[in-house]
Amino acid sequence: MEIPMICYLLLSLFMFCCGLYGFITRKNMIAMLISLELMLNGVDMNFVVFNRFLFPGSMEGMMFTLFAVAIAAAETALAIAIIVNVFRVAKDIDVQDLTTMKF
Amino acid sequence: MESTMPILILALPLLTFLVLGLLGKYMKHGTAGAIGTASMGVTLTLAYITAFTYFFSGSPAFINTVGERLQSVIFNVTWLQFTPDVFDAAGNLVKAGLAIKLGFLLDPISAMMLVVITTISFMVHLYSNGYMRDHDGTPERGFQRFFAYLSLFSFSMLGLVVATNIFQMYIFWELVGASSYLLIGFYFTKPSAVSASKKAFIVTRFADLGFLIGILVLSFYTGTFNFTDLTSTAVEGMTDTYQVNIGTAEWIKNIFATSAAPIFMGGSVMTWALVLIFMGGMGKSAMMPLHIWLPDAMEGPTPVSALIHAATMVVAGVYLVARLFPLYLMETTALDIVTVVGALTALYAAMVACAQLDIKRVLAFSTISQIAFMMVSLGVARPEHHHAVGYMASMFHLFTHAMFKALLFLGAGAIIHAVGTNDYTGMHGLRKYMPITHVTFLIGCLAIAGIIPFAGFFSKDEILTAVFSHSLYWYLWMSIVAGLTAFYMFRLYFLIFWWKDHKVTGHHAPKDQPWTMTLPLVFLAIMSVISGFFPFGDLVTWNGHPMYKSMSVLTNLEQLNWFVASVSLVTALLGIGLAWIMYKNENPLPSRMRQFMPKLWDWCRNRFYFDELYMFITHKIIFNGICRPIAWFDRHIIDGSMDGLASITNKASESIKGLQSGNVQQYVLAYVAGAILLGLITALCVL
Repeated sequence: MEIPMICYLLLSLFMFCCGLYGFITRKNMIAMLISLELMLNGVDMNFVVFNRFLFPGSMEGMMFTLFAVAIAAAETALAIAIIVNVFRVAKDIDVQDLTTMKF
Repeated sequence: MESTMPILILALPLLTFLVLGLLGKYMKHGTAGAIGTASMGVTLTLAYITAFTYFFSGSPAFINTVGERLQSVIFNVTWLQFTPDVFDAAGNLVKAGLAIKLGFLLDPISAMMLVVITTISFMVHLYSNGYMRDHDGTPERGFQRFFAYLSLFSFSMLGLVVATNIFQMYIFWELVGASSYLLIGFYFTKPSAVSASKKAFIVTRFADLGFLIGILVLSFYTGTFNFTDLTSTAVEGMTDTYQVNIGTAEWIKNIFATSAAPIFMGGSVMTWALVLIFMGGMGKSAMMPLHIWLPDAMEGPTPVSALIHAATMVVAGVYLVARLFPLYLMETTALDIVTVVGALTALYAAMVACAQLDIKRVLAFSTISQIAFMMVSLGVARPEHHHAVGYMASMFHLFTHAMFKALLFLGAGAIIHAVGTNDYTGMHGLRKYMPITHVTFLIGCLAIAGIIPFAGFFSKDEILTAVFSHSLYWYLWMSIVAGLTAFYMFRLYFLIFWWKDHKVTGHHAPKDQPWTMTLPLVFLAIMSVISGFFPFGDLVTWNGHPMYKSMSVLTNLEQLNWFVASVSLVTALLGIGLAWIMYKNENPLPSRMRQFMPKLWDWCRNRFYFDELYMFITHKIIFNGICRPIAWFDRHIIDGSMDGLASITNKASESIKGLQSGNVQQYVLAYVAGAILLGLITALCVL
């Protein structure tokens, strides 16, 4: 029995919403980064699912997903580096306390 | 004539102004004074040579074969070109374009003015070396600045009289106004001097507005600014003709006679242009009702009053009318206006002068009255009466008046310097203390009163002759003014030098001043005696045509109209006699006279309340009626709308400032909410 497409989509929607919720509510920058990754993965899954079900002959969706994964990895590395440096300076990574550069 | 000398005449005073103005601070006072005086001396020599060459060299550039003097342009440099010159195929000039040029024009009146200006200016420079010091000979503050301004004034005035076109004249006209402003306000720590200088500047500026409009109207219809075009018998547009006969320009007459030159408010455009130009002259020459600045201008140092407000700048209005006289002849309405304004001013100023207590104010009003004489004389000049004898008389009187009025002012300056007050109730009986000043002042008074053989007699006699041949009514009027002149001048003279013995106050008795101050007095006194014998009728006439066949020192005596001369002599003697009776020795007659007609005294004493009238018009009517509403409009409507825009923007930004919190998560929430909303809308639209 093949699992219907809607189940995959619901899962990816659930992942995306979880990520969004976490991004909005969490104050810790690491947690926000994790939430961001979750959202990204939800979207990635969307790509794969649509590719698999709607255009089984082609590979574009897969390729995009691989791309996105690679970029997400680079981005995470960068973000972690920034967070580490922010922590060094401010001894804090709570996003609401980092107000030094506000207007 | 080479143009080196004329250029030097203008360049030397300007250079002196620059040197003294920029480097004066680093000089000793005496050096600055010496530089100014020496430079003026050189200018004087050059001007004399120039004038002498013009009048007596007989060069074809200056006099034609029938003995008429020409208008001769020595040099003319284009300064601003408005419309291009028109050439024919062969490259010859067909019609000159409209351009403003700067140049040097020699004709009888400009050559005469060169002599007047440089003479008086040199005398005043010399005199100032003594006057601008206190009793111990210590120079006043701003001594160098004073000489710098004097040089600036001399430069501007010389530029004015030699102007080749009406626009150059206007430029220098404003320059003399500016230097007069600077010199009236020389004691700028004194509030009265500051307000006097502002008053002079604003009143004359107001008049110059009329002048400018007049120039524009005139040049709009004639297409030229050049005097050689406007007042010569040469043909239209040939500005390259540099030696021209002075006279009525037929082509201009045709423009206004034949073309559709519109009529505006009952006068032809020509009349309006000339009357507006005359308005500029009224302002500078202090004709009623624009005379109010001149009495106040006496706040300036006395040499300045002698140079600017007696001899040279204030006659610029007369000079202007004389310069454009051939144009005025085309529209005799304008000349009639000149006559009426002049006659009214002459009587008014003479009456006011009888009741002033300040020695310099008396002289100021007498100046106004004498300039009005010149104006009247120009106004009644018509070619059909003896080659326009009024024109010659006016210029003659300008010349002699410059000499004796400068003498009187410098004499007054010497007295003020010695006594330390302007008010002659504090003088009296000075004849024993200041003999040279006394004698020279007496000569000045005799000259202005018109006693034979002093200069004023001849020139005033010519004026009265001219008025007599024009209208008997104005002749009687002007004779009365002449009598009044004699009366108030001798009232002044007797009150200063006689009346009662001088009460010596302070450390030292008044005495004659140092030679720098007495020498100009003596020189000008001599001039006041001999200048009446200059044969002006052969030198200065409206069209350059000599009036008399022979020229000698006795010409003026031979040509006298003995009827007019004896009448004016009798009037003058009557005036002097009355002054003698009333003021020679202390007596109660003057105060009894005053009580006899208190109203007249009050009106004369307060200058017929002209200043109050102006105060009323400006403060009550113009300020309340025009300025206040405009100020309100500016503050509430113009400023208000701008302020409103600013405050609305300010309030709006205040109220939405909270949106930019810097909180990333809030932004994301807003973004998501927006995206969902957009998605919903899209969905709704699609479904």
